[in-house]
Amino acid sequence: MNHWIIFPVILPAMFAPVMAMAMRHDLLLQRVFSIAGTVAMMMISIGLFISTLDGSIEVYTLGNWEAPFGIVLVLDRLSATMLVLSSLLAFGVVLYAIGSSWDSRGRHFHPLFAFQMMGVNGAFLTGDAFNLFVFFEVLLIASYGLMIHAGGAMRLRSGLQYVVMNLVGSTLFLFAMGTLYAVLGTLNMADMAVKARGLAPGDQGLLLVGAMLLLIVFSIKAAAFPVQFWLPATYSNAAPPVAALFAIMTKVGAYAIIRVYTLIFGADTVGTVFTDLLLPVALVTLCVGAIGVLGSRQLPRQVSFAVLASMGTLLLAISLDTEQATTAALYYMVHSTFAAGAMFVILDMIRQSQGNTEQAPGGLVTSLFFVAAIAMAGMPPLSGFVGKLLILDASRTDAWMPWIWAVILVTSLMTIVGFALRGSRYMWKPLDPNFTFPENLDEEGLPIAAARIPGLAVTAACIPLGLLVVLTILAGPVAEMMRETAVQLRDTAGYITAVLGPQGGS
Amino acid sequence: MELLMAILIGLQTAGGLYLVMRRRTFSVIVGTALMTYAVNLFLFASGRLAFNMPPIYSKYAEGYTDPLPQALVLTAIVISFGMTAVAVMIALGAYLESDTDHIDMRRDPMDLDPDEIAPEDDDFYMPGLQRPKGDHG
Repeated sequence: MNHWIIFPVILPAMFAPVMAMAMRHDLLLQRVFSIAGTVAMMMISIGLFISTLDGSIEVYTLGNWEAPFGIVLVLDRLSATMLVLSSLLAFGVVLYAIGSSWDSRGRHFHPLFAFQMMGVNGAFLTGDAFNLFVFFEVLLIASYGLMIHAGGAMRLRSGLQYVVMNLVGSTLFLFAMGTLYAVLGTLNMADMAVKARGLAPGDQGLLLVGAMLLLIVFSIKAAAFPVQFWLPATYSNAAPPVAALFAIMTKVGAYAIIRVYTLIFGADTVGTVFTDLLLPVALVTLCVGAIGVLGSRQLPRQVSFAVLASMGTLLLAISLDTEQATTAALYYMVHSTFAAGAMFVILDMIRQSQGNTEQAPGGLVTSLFFVAAIAMAGMPPLSGFVGKLLILDASRTDAWMPWIWAVILVTSLMTIVGFALRGSRYMWKPLDPNFTFPENLDEEGLPIAAARIPGLAVTAACIPLGLLVVLTILAGPVAEMMRETAVQLRDTAGYITAVLGPQGGS
Repeated sequence: MELLMAILIGLQTAGGLYLVMRRRTFSVIVGTALMTYAVNLFLFASGRLAFNMPPIYSKYAEGYTDPLPQALVLTAIVISFGMTAVAVMIALGAYLESDTDHIDMRRDPMDLDPDEIAPEDDDFYMPGLQRPKGDHG
């Protein structure tokens, strides 16, 4: 048994209490520990990712209890990809939080960050549905703390909305678990897949109810229409590094949808009920996001809606449910995580660069925003374009193809126009050409230059951007890797055999 | 017994849902608490209702009751307890910071009339951030 599989979960779980208890008054020590932990997590994730490249599925039985009686962690290509994705994003975010001193504006940023990573990694690794619920709660309770990091009335109020929304979501998750346990008699995901295939026809209705409840829960996480309302207020009010980290949170929902609705409620169990439902939902989400991008008056809100639009695109690709579409979905998922992460930290740099003045931010920040906006809107040459191209290509044979193409292309245009509009207002339009605003002048009456951004913060913001460039250059090999992941994902028998053993799959 | 349980859970969920839809944070939190109670009962019932049965298989007993839902309920109770505590703390913080216990993000917290449309406000103070810069249009 490969014990490294549990490390992405227990490493942050061990670091967080140490940082919260032993180092609570020493920010420097916390920073060192936090970076060390994130780097270690990144190394382990990459190592695990390399170990899955041969197509093997590794199972870690906790306490050596055999599945389906004990809880298992399952490492396959998809889990490993998500682990690498989350740890790379976390590295950029934690460096930015340190570089911009956001971690010193409230207490316990680093312990909460570690707990959040524990929940996210656990959700990606677990092979047990109830354990998925527990890891969801771990990442949520850490995210509540992070959401209200640095305080402020509006941040607390939007944090409260976020908490209530997710409390209701958690309750629904438990209802779904109870229903599914009552009908299937197991909560091990591989075992659930076996039992769902051999279900008596009379129990099919109950299974569908449980699956539907679960879809609503994951949709809340993934911010799909009509349960997307929490996202803009939450993302635009959270501290910027936290908003950047939250880019992975919606992807947890998307991951759960991919995992559960290919493995347990796939086309061979319940037919295409859920994918048929998800497609219009995704299209509406995409439209809502794009309209929001066009209509927002402030950049943070606009970027939040752009995240919503990218979730719509992602869910669209997931709902097509073909090998090619899943490949496109996975590629786009990686892209949109980094793009959203980069965008939120760059927004913060814009604000820092302006300081208390009313003038345009510095040139470096402006150009970074330009690059990130291109990525986010899905314009060539960056990976957003490649991702959307893959999705368009995958939907070519679908019955909904005219709708899908029309919505994706029109919303892309809307996003581009929205970013161009807001971007030129913020960066180019001379608000104060003759320097008449007193806040733009120092004591001697000279114009104040744009504030300098700490080098570490700029470097940190360049990490997700650099990864986007790498993703674009290596689009071919990455897409091929994602294709193999999609093939493995659709081979549910392989997963079930890996978890339950050869006789369990029958 | 099953009917009674089902009605009870249904009533509790309905009450919780109604309270969650309210505008004041206190009733919303009570509503979420009520819903978690309902879901705990529901989870408990998902392993079938059995009387006076040991939670483990034994050849001396006539039958057994499923122990797994009981373990799940324990986990759910602990988690929902913690979550409710966090929600109360955040609600209290929001109330003390903004002098209002309304859950929606209305611009003027003192404006209690839900139907009145807030006047268009050009430089609405961006929550938790400084005023948005460079955007006067």
